[in-house]
Amino acid sequence: MAVKDALLALLAGGPCHGYQLKADFDAATGAAWPLNIGQVYSTLQRLERDGLVAADGDPDSDGRQAYRITADGREALHAWMAEPVAQPLATRDEVSMKVLVALATSVVPALEVVAAQRLAAMRTLQSLTALKSDSAGEALAWRLNLDRMVMLAEAEIRWLDLVEDRLEADGQTRTDNRRTATIDQAKKPAPRADRSVQKEPSP
Amino acid sequence: MTDPIADLVATSETSHRPSTDIVLSMRRISLTLGAGARRVDALIDIDLDVAAGELVAVTGRSGSGKSSLLNVAGGLSAPTGGSVTVDGVGLVGMSQRALAAMRRRSVGVVFQDLNLLPTLTAAENVALPLELDGVRLREARRQAVAALEAVELGSMIDSHPDELSGGERQRVAIARGLAGPRRLLLADEPTGSLDEVTSEGVMRLLRERCDTGSAVLLVTHDPSQAAWADRVIRLRDGRIDGVSIRADVPVDLSELGR
Ligand SMILES: Nc1ncnc2c1ncn2[C@@H]1O[C@H](COP(=O)(O)OP(=O)(O)OP(=O)(O)O)[C@@H](O)[C@H]1O
Ligand SMILES: [Mg+2]
Repeated sequence: MAVKDALLALLAGGPCHGYQLKADFDAATGAAWPLNIGQVYSTLQRLERDGLVAADGDPDSDGRQAYRITADGREALHAWMAEPVAQPLATRDEVSMKVLVALATSVVPALEVVAAQRLAAMRTLQSLTALKSDSAGEALAWRLNLDRMVMLAEAEIRWLDLVEDRLEADGQTRTDNRRTATIDQAKKPAPRADRSVQKEPSP
Repeated sequence: MTDPIADLVATSETSHRPSTDIVLSMRRISLTLGAGARRVDALIDIDLDVAAGELVAVTGRSGSGKSSLLNVAGGLSAPTGGSVTVDGVGLVGMSQRALAAMRRRSVGVVFQDLNLLPTLTAAENVALPLELDGVRLREARRQAVAALEAVELGSMIDSHPDELSGGERQRVAIARGLAGPRRLLLADEPTGSLDEVTSEGVMRLLRERCDTGSAVLLVTHDPSQAAWADRVIRLRDGRIDGVSIRADVPVDLSELGR
């Protein structure tokens, strides 16, 4: 989990105790990840067990133990930074599943599902944009988080627009998806075993 | 079958603000373009109000009638049927001369195809409508430079359109639309060739103009720009799609820790 690597990165700047580390973590990430002090200490214990951090001196008068990063810790940190994250493929989220299942069945018209989802996504985008428009004086980390969420919401809306356009081009209406469902049956490509990205959903 | 979103959205396009200052009002607008086999009903039965302080985004596929809607709103095309008022003044039936004067005084337009005059500098292009409206040369120039600075073109005021990049030309057109005290701003894809940061700056400008009392009608394909609007409407084959998305519905973002 990335939290452990993030704490290592913060410790690379110098020894630190848990409370300070939590404050530094919140500042660095724009407080976008809820991290409580208990998690910080349990993570530090695991890092210490793995030899990536070590206790730095004795606890202070308040009983707070500082930690420092070890040489192994630096190595692990650099390995983490150097390794690009393999994002989960977006086809396996609930929005896609709901739209595609609506399309394949006749439970409700797929275009209705698309319209309802787009409305929700647009509302989220509007709320994020309102936060963004007031964020001029806020920390860079927070603004960058907002930018990213705006773009993810936007991507969802664009995809839903495209689904709608494609279904309409296929002659579907908001009250019917039988036509495309049958067309899709006919066009379905043969499964290809060699495509590693196309994972089968688990049963 | 009931429409699951029907309960969530209001379908009337009249303004949701009680007793507000309506700047643009369109009633039962239709617009037929072309003739014979190429006759197109570009707008069909459009009702739309935009109040002072309100930003309305218009989305819809290519050819759905967005530019046609802006042209009618700004008095640039006469509707085939229906009525348009800007600040309470009816545009339909107005003389060309009176229309032109009204447009210069009250309406700022950013065209999709920019319409910059190639022989004029950026500052001259922006100042021209102000001068035509009787603003003194010096004052028009001062306002033009301020408008160009607002779109970060302060260093290019003396460049001609052909010496500017596509995005810079687009910003000159935006500056021209925004210069002066316009009550109604009409912008057609104003940020099409701008990067994210510059587009956001333009949206902030439009938002500021709303917040100081203008009404803005913005055509955009871009959901993240439409999200700056108080209302998002969609055109589909010349009609307003039943759904209008309003920004005043709170969404729970507590997950973000805010
Ligand atoms: N002068 C004209 N004569 C005939 N038809 C026209 C004319 N201008 C536009 N149209 C047609 O009217 C319809 C609406 O055009 P309009 O320019 O309003 O679309 P739009 O939504 O702005 O599209 P885009 O996103 O491509 O700019 C289209 O079908 C278009 O072909
Ligand atoms: Mg257009």
